[in-house]
Amino acid sequence: MKLIFERGCEGQGCTLLPECDVPAVELDVPLRKTPLRLPHVSENELSRHYTEMAGQVHGVNNGFYPLGSCTMKYNPKINEKAAALPGFTGIHPLQPKHTAEGCLEVLERTEQMLCEITGMDAMTMQPAAGAHGEFTGLLLIKAYHDSRGDSRRRKIIVPDSAHGTNPASAAMVGYEVVSVPSGADGCVDLEKLREAVSDETAGLMLTNPNTVGLFDKNILEITSIIHDMGGLNYYDGANLNAVMGIARPGDMGFDVVHLNLHKTFSTPHGGGGPGSGPVGCKEFLRPFLPESPFGRPEHSIGRVKAFHGNFLVVVRALAYLLTLGREGIPEASRNAVLNANYMMEKLKDLYPMAYDETCMHEFVMTLEPLKRETGVSAMDVAKALLDYGIHPPTMYFPLIVHEALMVEPTETESRETLDEVIAVFREIYQKAHDDPQALHEAPVGTYVRRPDEVQAARKPVLRYAFTETEK
Amino acid sequence: MNHPTELKYSKSHEWVKFQEDGSALIGLTDYAQDALGDLVFVNLPEAGDEVTAGEAFADVESVKAVSDVFSPVSGTVAEVNEELLDAPERLNEDPYGAWLVRVENITEQEELLDADAYIRFCEEEENG
Repeated sequence: MKLIFERGCEGQGCTLLPECDVPAVELDVPLRKTPLRLPHVSENELSRHYTEMAGQVHGVNNGFYPLGSCTMKYNPKINEKAAALPGFTGIHPLQPKHTAEGCLEVLERTEQMLCEITGMDAMTMQPAAGAHGEFTGLLLIKAYHDSRGDSRRRKIIVPDSAHGTNPASAAMVGYEVVSVPSGADGCVDLEKLREAVSDETAGLMLTNPNTVGLFDKNILEITSIIHDMGGLNYYDGANLNAVMGIARPGDMGFDVVHLNLHKTFSTPHGGGGPGSGPVGCKEFLRPFLPESPFGRPEHSIGRVKAFHGNFLVVVRALAYLLTLGREGIPEASRNAVLNANYMMEKLKDLYPMAYDETCMHEFVMTLEPLKRETGVSAMDVAKALLDYGIHPPTMYFPLIVHEALMVEPTETESRETLDEVIAVFREIYQKAHDDPQALHEAPVGTYVRRPDEVQAARKPVLRYAFTETEK
Repeated sequence: MNHPTELKYSKSHEWVKFQEDGSALIGLTDYAQDALGDLVFVNLPEAGDEVTAGEAFADVESVKAVSDVFSPVSGTVAEVNEELLDAPERLNEDPYGAWLVRVENITEQEELLDADAYIRFCEEEENG
């Protein structure tokens, strides 16, 4: 495919400015010495460029997208309609409050509903995404301990099945990360957790349901172990889609949570943003929340993003919340869990599950036996799915399961779609035994077949190389 | 899989080669590099850093994951294999030639396995 810089030529363009009807003014500011390298394309060429790119990607609008832990659910178009209302798009964050009261109401009502769903008392909408939310939440925990003069607490406990962002966020805040192993049941090993906590524990970071798709039945005991030692509990909202309106992190003993509005609350994601990762907390942490145009809490950690964060993502989330309502939100979670269990039951005779019990919104299978028998790896199966127009599940994660494929069908897929996908998985299993070589070579029908991941990591090409001499 | 008999092995899949001058070269075993997959990045300590037996002293990144590398001995880093920083693929191509660090002033060491015991240990891990 031609890149945008390879299309069009000097002189082409699509900017039609009206004639200037005010006197020209020279600005006394430093000016750019070399012209910007902007593409010269007509509107026609530009349109073709985007249409061609759109043909090369796979999104929820193209087909099934069971990317575990990412909750690639369908985003209703009514959310987009709400976010495009001129009253929301035509505002400025510094305009007088009384001229933007509808927008403030959006923030307040969304906060109220999300606090109700999570069992928290207060919330900030500033963080731009999940990991930013983790960072913000950990800053709250740190500010809380520091405010009490309890500065010995330098350690954050993270289970070995956690998302990589958890230890990374803790390290960014300056904490030392202590990893606790999972037990044979995939849940936190309570004995190991007791050994890991001390009076240096600042807190615990956990998702529930956890990364292998199981609800940790010991959750109350886990959060008490941390509280009894003076630590706080952080809930990573990555997997909230399984329990919305049914079980609340606040009731499980968590003090701080982050949500991913762009996954659980149905706003588009996967293209690099914008996202939104609100952080909720219990009342005693309210004084530490970020400063916003609403004011500066007494012991605020400061701003983590300008103004109110990515406001239009919040509008979409509110549209979703209002569309589903008090009954629809838990129903969505129940259907997410039902869909995952349906697929798991229909596949587990061929694909062994890493943990063979009722799952929540996603399940993890191990392809280790298949690889041993046929040489076909999780990677090969994932690539083969592409030829059927299906996005692969999450691969090789969590790290504690070998040859893992992590499947999250979400609630927005019909039984007919699930049945088709189950049939595809079973067909690929058969093919692995009949013609493993074909799977090593998959995909054959995609625009790019197998990207060279090793070269991409070792020698990444991150920008377009212009042909003429660079400055 | 290849596990030279003149080396000692840790249960966290590092090999140790004790030198005549009392120092030791440390690297990743063939089993480890095979399990990790293609390595794309290596983060090494600096000469003069202290390492402690059983604790992480380096990390390696493959296309699958980032993993800590644990030191089988306590001592001081005398030398790091800087060639690996630009060519992490050497760890895959030649696991027993591509040492990570040379450690001197060794004060203690973990319980280490000989090649036969290590091969048995890996088999147990595979089947466990």
